[in-house]
Amino acid sequence: MTSAVAEAPPSPARPVPVARSYRFELVKLLSQWRVRVLLIACLIGPAGFVVAVGQQSSLPSDTTFGRWMSSTGWAGPLVLLGFSGTYALPLLTSLIAGDVFAVEDRLGTWRHLLVAVRSYQRIFAAKTLASLTVIVLLVVGLAASAIVGGLASVGAQPLVGLDGHLLSSGDTAGKVLLAWLCVLAPTLALGAIGLLGSVALGRSPMGLILPVLVALAMGLAQLLPLPIALRLALPSYGFIAWIGLFTDPVQAGPLLISIAVCLVWAVVATVLAYRLFIKRDFTNLSNDGGGRRALVVGVVPLVVVLLLTVGVITWSARPTGSGIDKDKLQRSVATAFAHLYRLQASQMHHPDVTESAMGAAAACTKGTGQVVQDGAGTDWRCAVVWHLPGVTAGQSAVYELDVTSDGRYQADGDGPLQINGYFMVHTGTGDQPNPLWQFDGNVDLLPSN
Amino acid sequence: MATTAALRGRGLTKRFGEIVALDHIYLDVAQGQIHGLVGPNGAGKTTLLGLLLGLAVADEGELEILGTPVGRTLDAPDGVAGFVDGPGLYPALTARRNLAALAALRGRDNHGADIDDVLDQVGLSDVADDRVRGFSLGMRQRLGLAAALLTEPRLLVLDEPANGLDPAGTKRVHGVLTRLAANGTTVMLSSHRMDDVESLCAEVTILSAGSIVFSGPLGKLTAKNQELDYRLRTSDPVAARALALELPGVRVIDDADTPASQDSEVLVVRALVPDLDELVARVVRADIALRELAPVVSPLEAAFLSLTDQTEQKEAGR
Repeated sequence: MTSAVAEAPPSPARPVPVARSYRFELVKLLSQWRVRVLLIACLIGPAGFVVAVGQQSSLPSDTTFGRWMSSTGWAGPLVLLGFSGTYALPLLTSLIAGDVFAVEDRLGTWRHLLVAVRSYQRIFAAKTLASLTVIVLLVVGLAASAIVGGLASVGAQPLVGLDGHLLSSGDTAGKVLLAWLCVLAPTLALGAIGLLGSVALGRSPMGLILPVLVALAMGLAQLLPLPIALRLALPSYGFIAWIGLFTDPVQAGPLLISIAVCLVWAVVATVLAYRLFIKRDFTNLSNDGGGRRALVVGVVPLVVVLLLTVGVITWSARPTGSGIDKDKLQRSVATAFAHLYRLQASQMHHPDVTESAMGAAAACTKGTGQVVQDGAGTDWRCAVVWHLPGVTAGQSAVYELDVTSDGRYQADGDGPLQINGYFMVHTGTGDQPNPLWQFDGNVDLLPSN
Repeated sequence: MATTAALRGRGLTKRFGEIVALDHIYLDVAQGQIHGLVGPNGAGKTTLLGLLLGLAVADEGELEILGTPVGRTLDAPDGVAGFVDGPGLYPALTARRNLAALAALRGRDNHGADIDDVLDQVGLSDVADDRVRGFSLGMRQRLGLAAALLTEPRLLVLDEPANGLDPAGTKRVHGVLTRLAANGTTVMLSSHRMDDVESLCAEVTILSAGSIVFSGPLGKLTAKNQELDYRLRTSDPVAARALALELPGVRVIDDADTPASQDSEVLVVRALVPDLDELVARVVRADIALRELAPVVSPLEAAFLSLTDQTEQKEAGR
């Protein structure tokens, strides 16, 4: 029999507030050497990359805005943004969100944490918010470092947009920041997939690398000639859609759709991770939450989301074919050419001529003209014609186009040499290649209203 | 003066699918008591400790902790602390930072003095600013105890706290637990080290295959048990052996499996306590000096082996 001194019953168990739990998770995350190394790398690496590449004589002209890296400091952050979408951001989300739950399995600290916090919901909220905070911190670090590096090494000169028009420095600054902000949406989607993998796969290293694998698979899918609705329904399109900000008018349709899709994926994957987490049995040591069932519960709803979004996009935006047709290309090439012609005239101190006075038009042909005049390919060829005031005869120039299935293209001048050949032009920032020699463009994959 | 059990379990049953981890457990533990929980692997000790910490709830039965009924997961009342399956520590943080983070989690940001105090109690002051990554198992155990102490617990649940401890560490931990109990904290201690349980616990519960096979004072356990083996070291082993052979209730053990019996100066006998007392009296009357008298295995260990063997035989017979 037991007897003891009378003592007031203890107060009922109260879960720890989310704010405290969040701070605890942040302390744990930021104490990991891996996270510290990432933070330092994100703060130093991009600036170093932008400065180093900007000084090279050979620029990464195969990447969007890469050819302008020695002309303006705004190009560097955009080149880095393109690179980050493919490699850096999936890797960052993997290492942070993909590990935030699994680390407790590895360390055997779940029971300690549960006893301390006393709420599954609050632990999930705190871990999700903490990983989100660190991911955003890393993205901000990447952007800030690249911008500072670019502006410090090259300067804040105007940037040539993807339709050839010159964006003022202030306008470019806003668009660069907006582009990085837009990329947060697919990053959040990958982060949520990382949370899901971390909960569903437990100690398995597959959980850690899930966002990278998903991003790689979706990135590869973007290279394929997919139906437009499916292309836009994949969160990876969010890493590409920002380039629509650099045309006039802005290609807002694909951008807004991709942001909405990414946010839906982020919410659904987070909810799935939450449901798996609160159903986990923490009394069984051998159970780390992983397993086939967890994987199915996590994957099937995301496939359903993908199919639903494909349906909604098809119904609402009514995309057709590949989204890249002859008319769109002709309009895009003619517009870009006219803008760049004015830039070239200005750089070469030739008389200015307005776009409307030029009346530039393009005639594009795919292959020999016998194939379907639609879709991506390296066999597009466009002849641009325009008029100059006081000159009776029409002018013309030819371009060969390399069009990718996401709507981007690179136009390569094919004569005449004095118009779109390779020669250097003296500019305020030093000698630059002739702006009409090669240029990048982008067509809106959705039908224009 | 009211009487309150720190812990009161009635018919506690916990199943994991087909496996019955706990089978109608009835348990009372008094406040201020260090209560031992022993049993073979898979007996249900960790499951029971998990119930006390609120990590799980029983499928059947009622559990009252510190006078508060517990009905849901993570619903253990304030004042319950401890760990199962080793303390939860973060290797990237220092010992002090681990404790500070835990204190901050509980809304006690400015308790540096408390942290220093608990680190001192468990003997980790010198390594307070070292990362836990480099700690030995014994140091981790002590830091886990310090983390529990930081919450000023009224029920402390410890699973194998002596794992990896050196003698000095063991002594320090025993001192901490004894002081806590003296100040009214109840300690539920699971251990495979019978010497720890015997030296610390007033009462013990033996679990086997999810059922309690004994629960009560250690003395009662010893009295209930069968004959025990004792080792006697005397000034005249031959004469002592002759005296032992004269007593009908005493058997001399020459078993090759008993290492003590291989020592020529040591006599190993098997007897009940009254017969052993008689042998000791005769040895002393014969002017033989008795230099050492000790059980070959501790009474608790003997009882543990006997009781759990019986349970296993019953289980096998079903």
